[in-house]
Amino acid sequence: MSINQNRNCGCEEDNEMMCCNQMQDNERTVDCDERMEMAQQIRCLEFAITELALYLDTHPDDQKALCLHRKYCKEVKELKDKYQKVFGPLTINFPCNKWRWLEEPWPWERGNF
Amino acid sequence: MWTYNKMLQYPINIKCTDPRLAKVIISQYGGPDGELAASLRYLSQRFGMPDQNAKAILNDIGTEELAHLEMVGTIVHQLTKGASIKEIEKAGLSAYYTDHGVDVYPQAAAGFPFNAGVLACKGDPIANLQEDLGAEQKARATYEKLIDLCRDNPDVLDPLRYLREREIVHFQRFGEALRGVQDKLAEKKYYMNHNNNCGCN
Repeated sequence: MSINQNRNCGCEEDNEMMCCNQMQDNERTVDCDERMEMAQQIRCLEFAITELALYLDTHPDDQKALCLHRKYCKEVKELKDKYQKVFGPLTINFPCNKWRWLEEPWPWERGNF
Repeated sequence: MWTYNKMLQYPINIKCTDPRLAKVIISQYGGPDGELAASLRYLSQRFGMPDQNAKAILNDIGTEELAHLEMVGTIVHQLTKGASIKEIEKAGLSAYYTDHGVDVYPQAAAGFPFNAGVLACKGDPIANLQEDLGAEQKARATYEKLIDLCRDNPDVLDPLRYLREREIVHFQRFGEALRGVQDKLAEKKYYMNHNNNCGCN
């Protein structure tokens, strides 16, 4: 299915726009392990960022912590962009050609992310 | 302002329903030392803090507590979803089921609904931060009791242990914030304006 098939909404065409692609069902099954692994990496980085942020709130002059925080922020941004393009949005401010926010499972559902 | 992240802070996948455990874990959702109380307590107290560190730590820990609220809600949901009426009765959840079905409702293990009386916003930064230190210890103690009660279920134990560890980190950070506030208040003499008289007519 062409990504642009339903694009008669009057939006300006922007091929550079970061969008989530649509996937066929069989691709989803194959990618389940990869998805799990990427989700786990994102969670690990988000956790490290939260932990460093709390630490920096009371130790704002710690250069080592600041440096690590910068490193993880960069890494998680890249990873989240990559994840969302394939597996759907993690937040509502990630543009999609199709409203995939409704399609992807919610995190409290058993066996999900 | 907050943005929702469609991902749990720590993964939860409970394979078998067990409403007995849900009955006690619900306390960390809406009980006096639960995550709802913690998040609202910190997010409300932050407005009155005298220094940047304390405002930030209350804001950021309050935000993390919201993620923990979602985790505890997820545990309760996964433990009750699909449970049979017999299992619910056996777990002693008939009264809960009557009022809420298997929705996740903020209440304590003993059954009383969430009470904002536990938020403790005293209008005094030292008193508030001391309260927060106590709150983190009480939450840690509650998680330890839950860990005892859930000892046979590794799917439940794993996230409970994670949540317990977070209480310890938060306690540490609140201690540091408290020292900062004490130092700041000792720097110069503060005259508290009890009448809230801002000069406005």
